[in-house]
Amino acid sequence: MDNNEKTQEGVCLRAECIDKIYPGTKALDNVSFDVLTGKINVLIGENGAGKSTLMRIIAGIEQPSSGKIFMGDEEVSFKDPSEARKYGIGIIHQELSLFPNLNVYQNIFMAKEKIKNFTLDNKTHEELSKKILERLEYPLDTNTMVGDLKVGQQQMIEIARNLIQDDLKILIMDEPTSSLSQQEVDVLFKLMRELTASGISIVYISHRLEEVMKIGDHATILRDGKFVAEADIKDIDVPWIVQNMVGSGKSYPKRERNIDWEKREKVLELKNLTLPKKGGGYLLDNVDLDLKKGEILGIYGLMGSGRTEVFECLMGLRPEHTGTVALEGKALEIKNISEQIDRGFAIVPEDRQREGVIQTLDISKNISLSSLKNYVKGIFVSEKEESEHIEAEIKDIHIKVADKNLPILSLSGGNQQKVVIGKGILTSPKILLLDEPSRGIDIGAKTEVFDIINQYADRGLSIIVISSELKEIIAVADRVIVLSNGIKTGELVGDDIKEETLVLDSYKGHHGH
Amino acid sequence: MNKSQISKNNNKLIMALLKGRTLIVLAILVIFFSFATPTFLQPESMLLIAKHVALFGILGIGMTYVIITGGIDLSVGAIVGLGGMIAGGLINEGLTLKFLGYTIYFSVPIIVIITIICGALIGIVNGLIITKFNVAPFIATLGMMYVARGFAMLRSSGATFSNLVGKVGLGNTGFELIGGNIGGIPIGAIILLIIAVIAAVILKKTPFGWHILAIGGNEKAAQLSGVKVNKDKILVYLFSGVCAAIVGIITASQLVAAHPASGETWEMNAIAATVLGGTSMAGGVGTIGGTIIGAFVIGVINDGLVMCGVSEFWQMVIKGLVIVFAVIVDQFQRNLQAKMALQSRNENK
Repeated sequence: MDNNEKTQEGVCLRAECIDKIYPGTKALDNVSFDVLTGKINVLIGENGAGKSTLMRIIAGIEQPSSGKIFMGDEEVSFKDPSEARKYGIGIIHQELSLFPNLNVYQNIFMAKEKIKNFTLDNKTHEELSKKILERLEYPLDTNTMVGDLKVGQQQMIEIARNLIQDDLKILIMDEPTSSLSQQEVDVLFKLMRELTASGISIVYISHRLEEVMKIGDHATILRDGKFVAEADIKDIDVPWIVQNMVGSGKSYPKRERNIDWEKREKVLELKNLTLPKKGGGYLLDNVDLDLKKGEILGIYGLMGSGRTEVFECLMGLRPEHTGTVALEGKALEIKNISEQIDRGFAIVPEDRQREGVIQTLDISKNISLSSLKNYVKGIFVSEKEESEHIEAEIKDIHIKVADKNLPILSLSGGNQQKVVIGKGILTSPKILLLDEPSRGIDIGAKTEVFDIINQYADRGLSIIVISSELKEIIAVADRVIVLSNGIKTGELVGDDIKEETLVLDSYKGHHGH
Repeated sequence: MNKSQISKNNNKLIMALLKGRTLIVLAILVIFFSFATPTFLQPESMLLIAKHVALFGILGIGMTYVIITGGIDLSVGAIVGLGGMIAGGLINEGLTLKFLGYTIYFSVPIIVIITIICGALIGIVNGLIITKFNVAPFIATLGMMYVARGFAMLRSSGATFSNLVGKVGLGNTGFELIGGNIGGIPIGAIILLIIAVIAAVILKKTPFGWHILAIGGNEKAAQLSGVKVNKDKILVYLFSGVCAAIVGIITASQLVAAHPASGETWEMNAIAATVLGGTSMAGGVGTIGGTIIGAFVIGVINDGLVMCGVSEFWQMVIKGLVIVFAVIVDQFQRNLQAKMALQSRNENK
């Protein structure tokens, strides 16, 4: 089983022609990827490029639709993460997957417990944990509850968990620095160097290009689920990476609008919007923003930049925020969601399955849920009126349904998304907030979704769109603001909205460290 | 293509059978018991079953609302006991205002209203604990179960209020009529029918009904759609408390006595009726009609087995098996439903 003979010199794992198909989208399209032994292999791409999916396949969390994985001479396939672990593959997730209710050594030895005399050998657990943490230069009381640790410390526990297995060969790190301070990042980088020196191969995913340049040995770039380019870091620079990330391929048609925005009235104005982060720092740091009638404002930013938090503040999910929000010139006191909906806000959330649709209700009820009270006659919902509105909406935004009383899950992702948008629009909002409206839907449906957005903007609806897909945001938005680390780092209008500028602005907020 | 067409039609047939499964089970039980014991189909047996079904049915309706939101209400059995004790105490002892040295006797309708209000208040407390303090419904209502049962016992130090007929001079007679019959039909069954119709209409025809289905289906999405999640949840527990208080009144009236231990473990019958009726414990799915049929299944099993002379212990075993089997079938239906949804999704492409 432990075959250390490599077919190719210096490659410890080769993923060949990997496809991964989800209902409605192809996340990976014939991607091949080599993990170079003892190197830091960085994987770069926009959100949705397929980086995390590829890593999840290599770590056994998901299975490829087709394609092969080789380690040495052997073809391997992993049914689950524990099988991948047997081959020495460990992964540190984007979101930490620790047990906050257990202490440090319990977390480190979870599912790898040492047994002595039929009981847990906690003394050994403690000793080994201490040893590992010392090696990481991160001494901690191993009896501390993990929930009481800072995020950076928790990250170290994640790494320690993977190091506890002696035969670790490949360590996958999915955006490990997104929640670390600069100091913690430095410690992490030093550690990564030590690991590679001891022969462990690291796959490193990061959005922070400066970091990639600093730490990486070899870069692979993915775009839209396809392999784009690879090169040794010493041969390339940031502009080259950005160029390959965004590509020069087809883009969506830029819409032409000849409107003098100076003369349009402001519908929404945010001043000094600030949202404190648990445990210090800010999720949003004095963000100013305004929105004109009929305008489509884009918000671009990386994960953790504070983009979703802006919407959460506006919808009343973050009552702890400070700063002023004025709707049509009147300052608002934002208390709860239903009040915000009554005032004319509507939201299409980022995670459609978790926050958008209600899986147990049929299509029609999913559309009318937010606006039900508009169809009440006496105490009952007038089904005739409700049904008229639902049908008008289905027609208006071209939801492809055979029967509006079918379960919502009988629709494709794109049509489900249109249902969620339709639900918001039926409340006759003044401002529509769309968080990643094209996530997880196929390319045809994407275009349709953006047609809908344009169509409603032309009718005078003011819209804010969060998107991490550059081409989309450039095509759809009249104006884009860029958030980075909770700070507004850029505001671009019209022809100044360029992919390179957006990408560069989206890193600026991290220079403050 | 042809093959998939056949399997699709098969699926539809299986689906129809699955949806009507509780009714089918009920029919089988009725046929079985009418052969097994000659007394089963006689009017007095039917009357007895109807009386019992009314109790489980009304509790089950309240429980259905709660379970649809993804919660559970374990306190209903105790509220039955406490409700009976409140009503019984008011009839036999009146309300003594110590500081005035004065005892008030209320008429029966007023007593009924007071008891229902008490049930509603207990329900509101359940709802507030669950929504405002974020306590899991199981725990909150488990606590309330003990508290309510304790108060029922405290009311009379564990003794029974018997002979609840009131006195003409005090103007509080007629309580026992609630447990009687009109035109040969138990009043309890009529009350069940009225509550069932109201509850079914609310669930199907009002925004509130759709909102609670949405909360159980996906609470976060419901909240983001503007559904007032906390308010609706409190109302649901209030309704469950009211249903339990009504059952407390009916039970006390049927027995013409209020016993503080009455209603013990009835919450389990209510949950069983709800689950048998196709309500998903995960929330978001459920009908009142289903729960009523479920209550009939529970009632027929209980009384039918008694009439057959099956021992009480075997009754428990059989009831347990029926409930678990029902949920297994329920899971099967859900999987099939998901499969069919995906099928039609692929066809649309």
